Amino acid sequence: MQRARCLEMIYPELEDKLVVTIMGACAQELYDLGDRDNYFYLQHAMGLASSIGLGLAMHLPHERVIVLDGDGSVLMNLGTFATLARYRPRNLVHIVFDNGSLLSTGGFTSHTTSGVTDLAAIARGAGIEHVASVDSAVAFGEAFVEALERDALSVIVAKVDAVGPEHYGMDLQLPENAFRFKRWIQQRKRAAAS
Amino acid sequence: MTVSYDNSKIIFDGIRAAGIRSISALPETWLGLLLGRAEDDPDVQLVQVAKEEEAIGIAAGAYFAGTPHVLLMQNHGFLAAINGIVSLAQLYHVPLCMLVALRGHWGEPYPWHTRGGIVTEGVLRALGIPFEYARDPEKVGKQIREAFTFSQSSLSPVALLLTRDLMES
Repeated sequence: MQRARCLEMIYPELEDKLVVTIMGACAQELYDLGDRDNYFYLQHAMGLASSIGLGLAMHLPHERVIVLDGDGSVLMNLGTFATLARYRPRNLVHIVFDNGSLLSTGGFTSHTTSGVTDLAAIARGAGIEHVASVDSAVAFGEAFVEALERDALSVIVAKVDAVGPEHYGMDLQLPENAFRFKRWIQQRKRAAAS
Repeated sequence: MTVSYDNSKIIFDGIRAAGIRSISALPETWLGLLLGRAEDDPDVQLVQVAKEEEAIGIAAGAYFAGTPHVLLMQNHGFLAAINGIVSLAQLYHVPLCMLVALRGHWGEPYPWHTRGGIVTEGVLRALGIPFEYARDPEKVGKQIREAFTFSQSSLSPVALLLTRDLMES
């Protein structure tokens, strides 16, 4: 299963949701599907995408938040599963694309290679109730739809191939991304209030 | 020495008076009474993290959401959060209002706190993070308000260092 295919499948659903993606291949693949103002591309600070998602979800209970994470990033912040489990924001879907590789930084194998480390088991052990582990596009799509319908904190660990895009580059400065993302949220809040 | 009950209350009241109702924190001794008040206040949303760097992400989320937010941590937690501060907050111009318990400084009896205390100011300077020391309970409320205001106008992390003079009694 390819991450780009998974992103393509859920892309139409992301139009009205707050999306936080990790750096590198995942960010580029999302951008190439079509950049939107409601996307925040965390191009560094590995591990914190889910923490940003938690902050968004807790402070914007009427929005849906989708975090696109990876095994390399989440391994840098495993405590996030415990914090998510403790506060269990019902409006957050945390997707972890597990390619078993630090693909964007040279392709070194990560701890999840060959199934040695099971991120879904770690998420469950941290206390997250709804954790799906999927390795086919169909199962991923089903898990995503179920997560949206569930109205409860959901984690999806998706096993994907260690492949990325053939090119990198965005016409978007990093502070510009932050300003734009905040503005989109504030406009939604004003529209909802009026 | 014990943690100052009165000054913990003054700091908490200062956070509230600054219009802040959202707090992320990793508990530590000096912050214990303060966090207890936050927990008991139904108007205040408190997020306890497993490691301080998480709080940088949570604070960014709160900022994007438009919710005034303050981070409470020990200086060793600040040291543990540096990559998030640099590669999220500073890189993306996200403000952070950090109240940092300054352990390991003048009067510190515990050896394990000392090295972190000695380097804290130098690290703040190296990172270009504006900071002030909070020593006086009569001034700390104003300092919190000003720290928050400055973080928002500069789109920068700022740190208010909570000293032994303020936190112990």
